[in-house]
Amino acid sequence: MPWQPGAGLDQLRARAGLLATLRRFFDERGVLEVETPLLCSAGITDPAIEPLIVGEGRSVAAAPRYLQTSPEYAMKRLLAAGSGPIYQIARAFRDGEAGARHNPEFSLLEWYRPGFDHHALMDEVAALVCACLGQRPWRKLSYRALFVDSIGIDPFSASSAQLETQARAAHDLGDLAGDRDFWLDVLLTHQVEPWLAGQGLCFVYDYPATQAALSRIVTVDGVAVGQRFELYIDGVELANGYCELTDASEQRARFIADNERRRALGQAPRPIDERLLAALDAGLPACSGVALGVDRLLMLATGETDIRRVLAFDWERS
Amino acid sequence: MANYSTNEFRSGLKVMLDGDPCSILENEFVKPGKGQAFNRVRLRNLATGRVWERTFKSGDSLEGADVMDRDMQYLYNDGEFWHFMEPGTFEQFQADAKAVGDSHLWLKEQDECVVTLYNGSPLSVTPPNFVELEIVETDPGLKGDTAQGGSKPATLVTGAVVKVPLFITTGEVVRVDTRTGEYQNRVSK
Repeated sequence: MPWQPGAGLDQLRARAGLLATLRRFFDERGVLEVETPLLCSAGITDPAIEPLIVGEGRSVAAAPRYLQTSPEYAMKRLLAAGSGPIYQIARAFRDGEAGARHNPEFSLLEWYRPGFDHHALMDEVAALVCACLGQRPWRKLSYRALFVDSIGIDPFSASSAQLETQARAAHDLGDLAGDRDFWLDVLLTHQVEPWLAGQGLCFVYDYPATQAALSRIVTVDGVAVGQRFELYIDGVELANGYCELTDASEQRARFIADNERRRALGQAPRPIDERLLAALDAGLPACSGVALGVDRLLMLATGETDIRRVLAFDWERS
Repeated sequence: MANYSTNEFRSGLKVMLDGDPCSILENEFVKPGKGQAFNRVRLRNLATGRVWERTFKSGDSLEGADVMDRDMQYLYNDGEFWHFMEPGTFEQFQADAKAVGDSHLWLKEQDECVVTLYNGSPLSVTPPNFVELEIVETDPGLKGDTAQGGSKPATLVTGAVVKVPLFITTGEVVRVDTRTGEYQNRVSK
């Protein structure tokens, strides 16, 4: 059984340097570093994210705790309590996510900017990434423009059947079946992301409202879009951000809808984070927030293509 | 057989897919920032040899395939079947032309090869990487032409035709790489 680390000493030094750069970046901008619990009493309702659950021990005898999938809810409670701009570098955990770019335990940099919309935050994300990787050009593409430019399909007007036909023309997908968003995800992962590999630093914004997650939904050109963005660098998905939903009742409705989708997919529903909803009810300032994968940023900074070689001990070695 | 979930898919794992036993070659996990995760899996169909990529939803599972590789000695061909024996147990297996495929071109009696069993019966036969076989027919050798390039076809005792240097003559034994079908060297008797 190998005991040695999977990352070389040069990688460990590069990580330490990167963390110092991140902290300096936020210190210079007056963004406060915070810490919040890893073990939370409520999880996340998103059907596509599974938490790891801690159920053994006297402290969890009454109810299990969820290892956080991101520090989002706790940080929003700090914002509602008047924290002002905050950032956190935290471990996050997602069950079943392992591969060349995924480890079930990983490092997230998450920060929130009161008064920023998602475009202002994209500018700051670009500044941070350039501070870490060196200056480079970057651009923004709407989700619609991304699909049209890369594979010639309008993701808002194409029918589910058209999306499926486009996907099956190039890939053996067996008996896979799903809704519109499912086929959009197939196309995104199988055809669009490979195209993004040749596009350098690229923000994608204004997602279909059904993929808004925790972002505000607005109408743009007659279509409902979520004010959400993703950052890709050479096809590597690096960050996900929102112009944050601040309305407590709409947030509750989305949690309930998530749980209905979970039930329809045969997944157990998750408890809803009532503390987050109470914080939104008390008043979350208009803000934008983003979560960025630190391990992937380190991969890009060091030219490494497998996350297992930038982690001292990946999942198999931990 | 046990079921295996996509996150247990490893290179070498044998699974049933569309009714055929398959060997997993690669397993790539892909996920958009938010949304459905997939596993893009490269497989080899062990019945046909075809290699291709199939996408699964992460968390889907496949039934394991009762497939195992065994070292066996090739005994003889009876005109219809090729017969193999496991040296440890003396258990014998017969493989049909479909299972043996092109490997029959490299099978020499007494040689050790790998027989892949599926539900206890031969599914495919893999010859050794290198075999030594006698030439039964080739154009007359050009004596003293060892330095010059150039090659000619030679028919081996198994029926395989390989390209050999001009100086090789009928009755000589040559060493061949079975993966490429290329001549390696002359074997002194």
